[in-house]
Amino acid sequence: MTSLTLVRRIKARPSIVFDALTTPEGIARWWGPDDGPVLVAETDPQVGGCFRVRFRMLDGSEHESSGEYLEVEKPERLSMSWRWTGGAEDPGESLVEISLRAIAEGTELTFTHSRLHDEESRRSHEEGWTGALDKLERHFLVVERSSP
Amino acid sequence: MLSYMVNYNGRLDRTFAALVDPTRRAILARLEREDGVSISVLAQPFVIKLPGVMKHLDVLDDAGLITRSKVGRTVTVRFRPEPMREAMDWLRRYERFWSKSLDRLAAYAESKEAEARKKRR
Repeated sequence: MTSLTLVRRIKARPSIVFDALTTPEGIARWWGPDDGPVLVAETDPQVGGCFRVRFRMLDGSEHESSGEYLEVEKPERLSMSWRWTGGAEDPGESLVEISLRAIAEGTELTFTHSRLHDEESRRSHEEGWTGALDKLERHFLVVERSSP
Repeated sequence: MLSYMVNYNGRLDRTFAALVDPTRRAILARLEREDGVSISVLAQPFVIKLPGVMKHLDVLDDAGLITRSKVGRTVTVRFRPEPMREAMDWLRRYERFWSKSLDRLAAYAESKEAEARKKRR
């Protein structure tokens, strides 16, 4: 559970999706948790190159994340290190991996953000406490539902 | 705000660190099923000795994942779900972030695809 995986089927060919993921123009159109604007988008999509994205949320708060491209295989694979910069958000470095697979309708995008909580959580993830955490999650969801 | 975040991160660290260990997860899983178990009953299924179990309970207690209450000579242990909830909220923030972002990414890529097709015609 310290890794997060999302899958999207997109009606666009992989190369177009790949450009949307890696160009500043593309990033400016989609990056962020709400409809607030992207203020800075810098990318250098080659192995060892860096990215930096700053955005403002609708509540006025500004956040910045940056990292290094670790794998750049247009149009099917992209991975990069990730960290929040300058803020009080989660410290430490995590890993973003994106794979793009051509399908009949366009592209199947699999997105994974992992190593979300330092060395210990990575180990615990490998040991497989996902199941335990899922169970506990169900537990407190039930608790929440049954409380008045 | 900053100190709140630091505390928040400290709490999350303790929660995740507490969950790393399989014995502690087994203890929590049991406490999740049974509300209020005495330490001696709790220790029974484990190969490790009582002091070892006590150490694990200390870690869980520090993380706020259990409470211990003493009546006479019996200490009863209970599961406390709040830190788990906090850890899940933290993960959900990432999920919201990426879920919204990828939805917009998909919409943007689809509009670019439509443009590219129009040009080709």
